[in-house]
Amino acid sequence: MRTSMRLMNITLMLAAGLLFGETGQAEELSRKAMLSASCEGCHGTYGRSPGAIPSIAGKSAEYLRDALEKFRSGEKPATVMSRHVNGYTEEEIRLISEYFSEQK
Amino acid sequence: MSRITRRNFVVSVGALSAATSVLGWPALGQAKATGGRVVVIGGGFGGATCAKYLRRLSTDIEVTLVERDSNFMTCPFSNAVLGGLYDMDFITHDYKALRDEYGVKVVHDSAVDIDPDAKKVRLAGGSALQYDRLVVSPGIDLRWDAIEGYDEAASATMPHAWKAGKQTMILRKQLDAMPDGGVVIIAPPPNPFRCPPGPYERASLIAHYLKHKKPRSKIRIFDPKPKFSKQPLFEQGWQALYPGMIEWISEAEGGAIDSVDVKALTVKPTFGEPQQGDVVNVIPPQKAGAIAEVAGLTNDSGWCPVDQRTFESRAQKHIHVIGDAAIANPMPKSGYAASSQGKVCAAAIVASLSGQEMPEPSYVNTCYSLVGPDYGISVAAVYRHGDDGIAGVEGAGGVSPKDADAAFRLAESRYAVGWYQSITADIWG
Repeated sequence: MRTSMRLMNITLMLAAGLLFGETGQAEELSRKAMLSASCEGCHGTYGRSPGAIPSIAGKSAEYLRDALEKFRSGEKPATVMSRHVNGYTEEEIRLISEYFSEQK
Repeated sequence: MSRITRRNFVVSVGALSAATSVLGWPALGQAKATGGRVVVIGGGFGGATCAKYLRRLSTDIEVTLVERDSNFMTCPFSNAVLGGLYDMDFITHDYKALRDEYGVKVVHDSAVDIDPDAKKVRLAGGSALQYDRLVVSPGIDLRWDAIEGYDEAASATMPHAWKAGKQTMILRKQLDAMPDGGVVIIAPPPNPFRCPPGPYERASLIAHYLKHKKPRSKIRIFDPKPKFSKQPLFEQGWQALYPGMIEWISEAEGGAIDSVDVKALTVKPTFGEPQQGDVVNVIPPQKAGAIAEVAGLTNDSGWCPVDQRTFESRAQKHIHVIGDAAIANPMPKSGYAASSQGKVCAAAIVASLSGQEMPEPSYVNTCYSLVGPDYGISVAAVYRHGDDGIAGVEGAGGVSPKDADAAFRLAESRYAVGWYQSITADIWG
């Protein structure tokens, strides 16, 4: 590879690193994130819980949605979750489940 | 060696920009220039959450957090310290993560004045901070003029312990020193006040301590209110765990305290003679933290009216008020509510600074109370913004069931601790 091409590639990578790494929006300003932020008080930032409340980060969206809908119906016993899930529509539950499935 | 010409560089960044747009990544060179400086006054549940979530949403925004204390001691779980379940370390949090992981500039100083036209905050240490947006999350201040005889000096002898730290330690030491058979008086305030279930959780956990160490002792609650938060659940728990130890004197029974005598350690209820305690915990009426009043953000109620979608002050543009200080009914004045408001406020500010529309706000509150170390109860609520401001979602929320069994109460007691660990990590971790 000619030196000029190599230098150009390096420049491109640096530019990308500068722009992605240090600036811009770190997290989306979205309805999904807004709804999910409510959950993080108990389940931890990104859904990573340090204590007794279950972590939900990285669980599949299907698993989370299924659990939440079962809390809603009463099929899954809960202490507080049924009182929470009734605050959200099916579509909002889908968005929240998607959000946490995308976290690590 | 060939040189990269400026033309080559610009062309290649342009090409990369086009390529990444196709991939759906934020377009290089067109990244939404959020920019801006936000100052947050108050490093508690509201302010620290807002600072962190601002940085989560945009690392372009410079966030400066002004907090007087180098560590924050939480009121939540301070009752557990009073009850001997935990020590002060458990409720103490630092600002390392906010600083090192989220890039928040933390300034340990106090805000003494705000110039909303110049958009400057003046600090006690003499410096000034420029802002594009200001978040005021000052918590509460006690009304020293509300109960005759109960001024700030009185709180050294009759601690309120309604701001955690030194006051918590005073009350803890007094309980330690009290002889068996002594009387603890708790005098909660009228609504609205910080942490509606708080005084009753305090009675519960002091009762836990007394039951084990000083079982002949009594707790007397002099209340100006006709009822209190989670009352049926608390009373059920008191009957189960501490029968005969806790007496609640309601408004109708003359529970409102007119005055106190610090030297005699008495409180004067509406009816009858002054009542003496060995330990007297007066929790006086409250108002927004002082800086809010100084800055002209409060109304006659002593609290701050805000746009409940964005928490922008009704009194001053580009200043937001969150937490206890804000009028956010029906959200209670709780740490969890303050944190939730901090997140909504962060989204509102980022949207405003970057010219985007803010997502529809969603708010939440969950208050756990420990009636005993293995007996927990909770109240939950989910809110949206309706025609008249914040409103609870119908059919959602509520308190723990009255007919729950011991296993349920045990589970909620563990979740209470788990909640504390999660939320403090969400805020300061």
